Formats: sequence, C-alpha cells, structure tokens
Amino acid sequence: MASIDMDVSPATPKAAPPVVPESKPPAQETPLKIRVANFDFYYGAVKALHGISLDIPERQVTAFIGPSGCGKSTFIRSINRMNDIIPDAHGEGTIEIDGRNIYAPGTDVVALRRRVGMVFQKSNPFPKSIYDNIAYGLRIGGVHDKRRITEVVERSLIRSALWDEVKDRLHTSALTLSGGQQQRLCIARALAVDPEILLMDEPASALDPIATTKIEELIWDLKINYTIVIVTHNMQQAARVSDRTAFFMLGRLVEYADTKTIFMNPKEKMTEDYVTGRFG
Amino acid sequence: MQRHFDRDIEDIKDLLLRMGAMVEDAITQSIRALLERDTPLAEEVIANDGRIDQMELEIDRRTLELIAKMQPAAVDLRFVAAIMKITPELERIADLAQDVCERVIELNREPPLKPMHAIPRLAQDAQTMVRQALDAFVRGDAVLARKVITQDDSVDQQTEQSFRELLTYMLEDPRNISRAIRLTFVGKYFERMADGATNVCEMVVYLVEGKMIKHTPVTQSS
Repeated sequence: MASIDMDVSPATPKAAPPVVPESKPPAQETPLKIRVANFDFYYGAVKALHGISLDIPERQVTAFIGPSGCGKSTFIRSINRMNDIIPDAHGEGTIEIDGRNIYAPGTDVVALRRRVGMVFQKSNPFPKSIYDNIAYGLRIGGVHDKRRITEVVERSLIRSALWDEVKDRLHTSALTLSGGQQQRLCIARALAVDPEILLMDEPASALDPIATTKIEELIWDLKINYTIVIVTHNMQQAARVSDRTAFFMLGRLVEYADTKTIFMNPKEKMTEDYVTGRFG
Repeated sequence: MQRHFDRDIEDIKDLLLRMGAMVEDAITQSIRALLERDTPLAEEVIANDGRIDQMELEIDRRTLELIAKMQPAAVDLRFVAAIMKITPELERIADLAQDVCERVIELNREPPLKPMHAIPRLAQDAQTMVRQALDAFVRGDAVLARKVITQDDSVDQQTEQSFRELLTYMLEDPRNISRAIRLTFVGKYFERMADGATNVCEMVVYLVEGKMIKHTPVTQSS
C-alpha cells in the first residue's frame, strides 16, 4: 500500500501566538537631524527661551504646541537663525544640524537658510508669476539654465501638490491664487532650493478646512523626503500630522514625547491641562 | 477653568452611575429571588432590564456626540474610552442577573433541591466585586480597582466548588439533574458578573494611570 508522506516533523513547532511589540518612540529608531542643547534666547534683556534641549529626528514631523507667547515661534525661528534680523536679539547654547552648531562663528547663514526652508502663517507670494515665484530662489542662487529652472519649478509644484491646479497658468500672477493655493505655492518656493528641513509656522491657521486638509496631506507626503518642524495652535492638527510633539510654556519646554503619548497620556499635569483645554 | 466639556462629562458620569445603581439592584434582587424562591420578584427583574438597555443606548449616544463635538484628548480621551468599555460590561452584568431570574422561575416550578452552600457565597462575592468596581470608578481609585481584580480568582474557585457540590447531587439521584444543571448555570452567571467587574476595574486603571492592564497578570501592588 502506498504510503503518504506527511511532514509531522516534531522540529516544526506550533506557531507561537503573535507578540505585539511595545511601541517605541520613533526618535529612537530614526537618525537625528537637529540636536538642541541648553538653548536660551533673548530679546534685548528679556529672556524668551530658557534652556531648551531636544532632539528632532530626521524625516519625521515634529510639532511645537503651547499658548501664545510660550516661545514656540521664537524657537522655530531659531532653527534657521531667522531671529538674527531682530535688533538686540541673540541666542545662547547650541543648535546642531547634522552635528554642526549653526550658531558657531563663521556659519554661512544664507547657506543655512537654503538647507532649512520656512513657511509662514500668512502666505507671502511675491507679486510675480507662479513660475517666477519658484524660480526666484534658484536665480538668486546663481542658476540661470532655463531648462533646469523649469524642471525644478515643475518638481516643486508636484511635491507641493499644486501642479495639477496651476500647470496651465504658470505665467499668471501668483496673487490670483486662492489662500490655500498661495500657501502651497510658498511651500513649493521653499522646496525649490532643495532644503533638508522645512519649518512651518502655523501654515494652515489662515486657511479653510479643505485647504487645511490639503496642507496636512502634503505634510504627510513631504516627510518622506524632508524633516519637518511645525508650530500650530490647532492641537488636533498637531495630533493628526506629527510624530513627536513638544509642549512649550512660558519659554520652557515642558514635555516632549511621541505625539500619541502627549495626546493620550501626558506625563506632566501642565501638558494635560493644555491639551484638554483646561487653560490656554 | 470649568469647561463645557466638564459638564458633559459630569452628565455622562451621572448617567453611568444611575445605570450602575440599577445593575446593582438587579443583582441584589436576583440573589433574593434565588434564595427566597420569589418568582414575582424574578419577573420584576426581567421586566426592568429594558430600562437598563435604554440607559446604555443613551450613554452611547452622548459619548459619541462628545467625541464628534469635543475631540477629547489625554485624560478626557481616556474617560470617554473607559465609559465606552464600561457601559456594555454593566449591560451584560444586568443581562446575567436577568438570566439568573429566568433560571429561578424554572427552578421554582419544582421543589427546592437541597440547601445550597457555595452559590449564595459566590453570589455575594460577585455582587461585592461589582459594587466595588463602581466605587473604584466613581472615586478614580486604581488601588481599589486592582484589589477587586485579584478577587476574581477566589470567585472562580467558588464556581468550581459549587459545580462539585451540584455534581454530587446529580450522582445521588438522577431526579436532581435538571435542577442541578439550572443551578450550575446560575453559578456560572455569577462568575461572569465577577468577570464583568474585573473588566470594569481594568478600565478604571486605564482611566487613572493610562496603563492598559487587560490580558496581563495583575497583582494588587503592580
């Protein structure tokens, strides 16, 4: 009688029940992009930031939240030294990008700002065509090859999810665009010079819910290529788009953790009171 | 700052406590109906179950509305999650009290089996666990919640003991079998109520500490 070979090898153990891994903060798994150590900032004699220390992981979205005047905007503007233009303002401590202190003497601030792009609350397109808005940064950076510029304009508009809406009217004025489109144009303009980090200071606070959703979707897509830091007053927005969240209060960093920890089980009472709307 | 949200939360908490009180009453009455062989009381518990079901629907409606309108975070989010898990547990416990009463009505059609020892104790312990679980929720008391969870093993042992007691009656005389089986069910219902109390307590720990202890061994101190 023919026998049927069956694999009943005792060496094949019964599948073990799946083990759900403990979730770990992404910062521990992804490389660091920005390291801030004991950073203070002064407007004249007024100390606006007190000993901020935090690590921002690469290609992730880090949100800064906190009530008005808590120092989050001052801090985000310190990451590309945008505050340098304010008279009597200065920072102390270190902010390292890829291990190099951007406050070290001899730092090329223009080169820094090329690496660290910024988008503001109010979209601020130049009164030029859509095309020229994006080409501007390249031209002042010394790129004059038309074909190269056109390529970058197209790539930047695609990355900022605006291409389909404007591809047939690239040479019309940027001021004819809606508020949401203007904001995405500003993102495209920031992307044109190929930054590594994108700072966004309340990028959607002046936009309607649909335009806001588009910006949030865009942030999700952009983090594949860029390290993003966002300041927002909208806590649900921080909860939706960010991987890590830092809560600031009176110029101090109160708590910095995984976004889900901040919004589900924060360690600090002050954070809890803020995210639940008990003050703010 | 008193938020509108706090008033909504207080309202929902109040509803849950009223539901909890009704569930406790249902358990107490089901035990009395069982021990005193009181069929009208058993029928009353069954008739009242619809009110508890309505309460569950009302709490669900309010909680979902709160999520949609307020988008709760942190402790508020944990509160809403705890409510959504605790409410169906309470409703299930009330259903079990109703099941006890259905068996009581069937048992009362026959003469009493024999003096029972294990089941009354088991019923009292399950009832205490449910009451303490609700107390732990009201007070936000994770220590009490953990203490209640550790009592579940003792209830399981008593269920086993009541089963053995009933098994001996069945072996003694086959005419005891139908009543003993019904009483075995009754023992199981009380044991399931204690399980429900355990689940409530797990959510109390989550609410207070943000730790999900479900499916992990718990000691009073951990």
